Amino acid sequence: MLSIKNLQARIEEKEILRGINLDIKPGEVHAIMGPNGSGKSTLASVLAGRADYEVTGGSVEFLGKDLLELSPEDRAREGLFLAFQYPIEIPGVSTTNFIKTAVNEVRKYRGEEPMDAVGFLKLMKERMKLVNIDQSLLSRSLNEGFSGGEKKRNEIFQMAMLEPRLAILDETDSGLDIDALRIVAEGVNKLKSKDNATLVITHYQRLLDYIVPDYVHILYKGRIVKTGGKELALELEERGYDFIKEELGEEVEA
Amino acid sequence: MSEMLNTLEQTALSEYKYGWVTDIEADEAPPGLSEDIVRFISAKKNEPEWMLEWRLKAFRHWVKMTEPTWSNVHYPKIDYQSIKYYSAPKQKVTVNSLDEIDPELRATFEKLGISLDEQKRLSGVAVDAVIDSVSIATTFKTQLAELGIIFCSMSEAIKEHPELIKKWLGSVVPMTDNYFTALNSAVFSDGSFCYIPKGVKSPMELSTYFRINAENTGQFERTLIVAEESSYVSYLEGCTAPMRDENQLHAAVVEIVALDNAEVKYSTVQNWYPGNKEGKGGIYNFVTKRGLCAGVNSKISWTQVETGSAVTWKYPSVILKGDNSQGEFYSVAVTNNYQQADTGSKMMHIGKNTRSRIVSKGISAGFSQNSYRGLVQVGKNAINARNFSQCDSLLLGDKCGAHTFPYIEVKNSTAQVEHEATTSKIGEDQIFYCNQRGLDTETAVALIINGFAKEVMNQLPMEFAVEAQKLLAISLEGSVG
Repeated sequence: MLSIKNLQARIEEKEILRGINLDIKPGEVHAIMGPNGSGKSTLASVLAGRADYEVTGGSVEFLGKDLLELSPEDRAREGLFLAFQYPIEIPGVSTTNFIKTAVNEVRKYRGEEPMDAVGFLKLMKERMKLVNIDQSLLSRSLNEGFSGGEKKRNEIFQMAMLEPRLAILDETDSGLDIDALRIVAEGVNKLKSKDNATLVITHYQRLLDYIVPDYVHILYKGRIVKTGGKELALELEERGYDFIKEELGEEVEA
Repeated sequence: MSEMLNTLEQTALSEYKYGWVTDIEADEAPPGLSEDIVRFISAKKNEPEWMLEWRLKAFRHWVKMTEPTWSNVHYPKIDYQSIKYYSAPKQKVTVNSLDEIDPELRATFEKLGISLDEQKRLSGVAVDAVIDSVSIATTFKTQLAELGIIFCSMSEAIKEHPELIKKWLGSVVPMTDNYFTALNSAVFSDGSFCYIPKGVKSPMELSTYFRINAENTGQFERTLIVAEESSYVSYLEGCTAPMRDENQLHAAVVEIVALDNAEVKYSTVQNWYPGNKEGKGGIYNFVTKRGLCAGVNSKISWTQVETGSAVTWKYPSVILKGDNSQGEFYSVAVTNNYQQADTGSKMMHIGKNTRSRIVSKGISAGFSQNSYRGLVQVGKNAINARNFSQCDSLLLGDKCGAHTFPYIEVKNSTAQVEHEATTSKIGEDQIFYCNQRGLDTETAVALIINGFAKEVMNQLPMEFAVEAQKLLAISLEGSVG
C-alpha cells in the first residue's frame, strides 16, 4: 500500500530525513518511535504534503500512485489521513460543517454524489459512538476552545468519517490522560480492517499497549535504524533511547 | 516567502462574473451638471414644481460645497462635468405584467439569476427592479396594497403620495448633510419608496435589485423607508453591475424612519464592479445611509455585505432618538486587488436606555485597503445608553491593509461603551489542515472566510445569505497561494 524508498527531505537548509525505507501493507499497524528531533513528525508532514518541507530524494508510492506528485488534498482524497499532533482551530466553522465539506469533497473526487443530510447525520451518529464524542462538541467551532483530549478525539472522529486507507497518527498520545488515551486507542482499533493500515508515530511506549503494532521502527537522525516486533517498544521503554546510540557505537552524552 | 508573494500576484481575482452590457436605447442627458440639467431631469420625470424647487435648492447648495477628503481612500479627482446625470431605458408605457417587459431587460435578469417569474412564482419576494435609474417592473403591489403598504419607485411616489414624500424626504438625511447627499438630492434619478402603515407587519421581504447599465452614467438612487407605529418591515437591496473601463460614480442616499415600536431591518449585498486586477475601472460608491429611531422602543438594523466597488465610502448610521430604541449594524466588507473601502457605522444615542451594537468584519486581500470607521456618540440626556462594538479584520497575504478608526464621544456618565477589535491572518496551518482533509485551497479559504463572517451572515434572510456566501468566495478566488 505504501512504499517509501530512500526518502530524503529538508526544511530550509536543514536535512531531516536522510534516506527512509518503509513498506506498509494493508491490514498492518506500524509504529515509528524515536527521540525528539529524530524526524518523526517530519516524516508525517512530508507524507501529507506540507509545503514547508522539500523532498530532496527518494520516492513514495501509495496505492500504485506516485504520492509525491499529488497535491495535499489529492493525497487526502486518495485515502491518506493525518491525525495532527496539534489540531488547528478554525473559528466560526463547526466540526459538522467542516467534516461534511470534507466527506463530500472526497466523494466528488471519486465521482460519487454528495451525501444527503439524512445519510450524513446517520453516519455521523454512528461514528460519534466510536470515539465517545458529543454532538454539542461537533456543533462548536472546529477545535476552538477544545481541551487536548477533545481535540484528539475529534481527529479520530474525522478519521472515522473519512475512512482512510492509511491513517498516520502523529503523537496522538501527547497531552492525553490515561482515560482519553484509552478512548482514542479504542476508536482507532475499531476502525482497523484488513484493507486499511495505520502508522502510529509516538515518543512513548504506552500508546502501543492499546494500539498493538505489528512492526516497530526506530527512527534516529533521519533514518530507520532498527525494526522489530512489538517487543522492541518495550525494550526501548526499559532501556531508553541511549541503547540505540550504544548499538550504533555512538558516544552517549551525559 | 517570495514564492508565496508571486502566487498572490499571479492568481488575482477571477474575472467579474456579471460583466456584460445590455443594449437598450438610452434616453439620456448630455454630460455635465447645471441648473438646466436639474430642470431636464425633473421635466423628464414629469415632476411637480415643488420637487423641482427641492432639487434646485440642493443643487445651489452643492455648488458651494467641496468634496470631502478625510476618508482613507484615494482616487483620481472626479470631473463632475463629464458625467451624465440622467439615463432611462426607453420604456414608453408602464407595464402591468411581466410579459410586456423588454425581452432584453428580462434576459439581463436571467443572467443575474433573479428571473422575475421565478421570484414571483416561488419566493414570495416583491421585487422593484431598477435598471438604469427607472423602475420598470413592480410585482406583488396589489397584495401589499391590500395591507396599505406602499412599495413603489420614488418617481411614482412623488406623483402618487406627495404628502408623504414632502413630509419625510430629507428628514433623516438633510440635503445639505454632505457633498454627496447634496448632489444626490439635486439629481437623484430613481429609487424605492416604502411605507408601512400603523400596526402592519409586512408579510414578505421587500427587495430591490439595482443595476448600473448605460455607459458613463452616474447613479443617484434615493430610497426612503417609513415605518409607522408598531409596524415591521424587512427590506433587501442587492446589486451587480456590468464590467466597464471607466470609473463610475454612485452616490446613493437611503433614509429610514421608525416611529414608536416600529422595526426596520435593512439588508444589502453590494457587488458593484470592483475594477480589474490592476485596479482599473470600477465603481466609486459614496453612499449615505441613515436611520432615525424617532419613536420609543423602535429598532433599526443594518446588515451589509460589501464585496464590490473600486472605492467604498459608506457609514450606515442610526440616530437613537426615541427612548429604549435600538440600533444595529452588521457588516462584512471584502476588498481584493486594488479595492479600497472606508466603511463603518455611526450610532448616535440621544434618548434614554438606548442600545446599539456594531459588528464589523473586514476581509482584505491582494493590494487592497480596508478601513473600519465608526462613531459612537452618547448625548448628555442619554441615560443608561449601551453600545457594544466589535471590529475584526482578516488579512490574506501581506500586501493588503486593515485599519480601524473608532471614535467614541460620551457626554453622559451612566453610559457603557465597549469596543473590541482583533486582526488575524488566514494561516498556512489552517489551509494545510483543510487540504489534509481533502479540501482544495479555494474551498478552504471560502470555508474559513464564511466562518469569520458568520455572525453577520446569520443576520441575512436565508436566500440572501446563500447568495452572499457565494459572493464572498468568488470575490476572494485565487487570493491565497
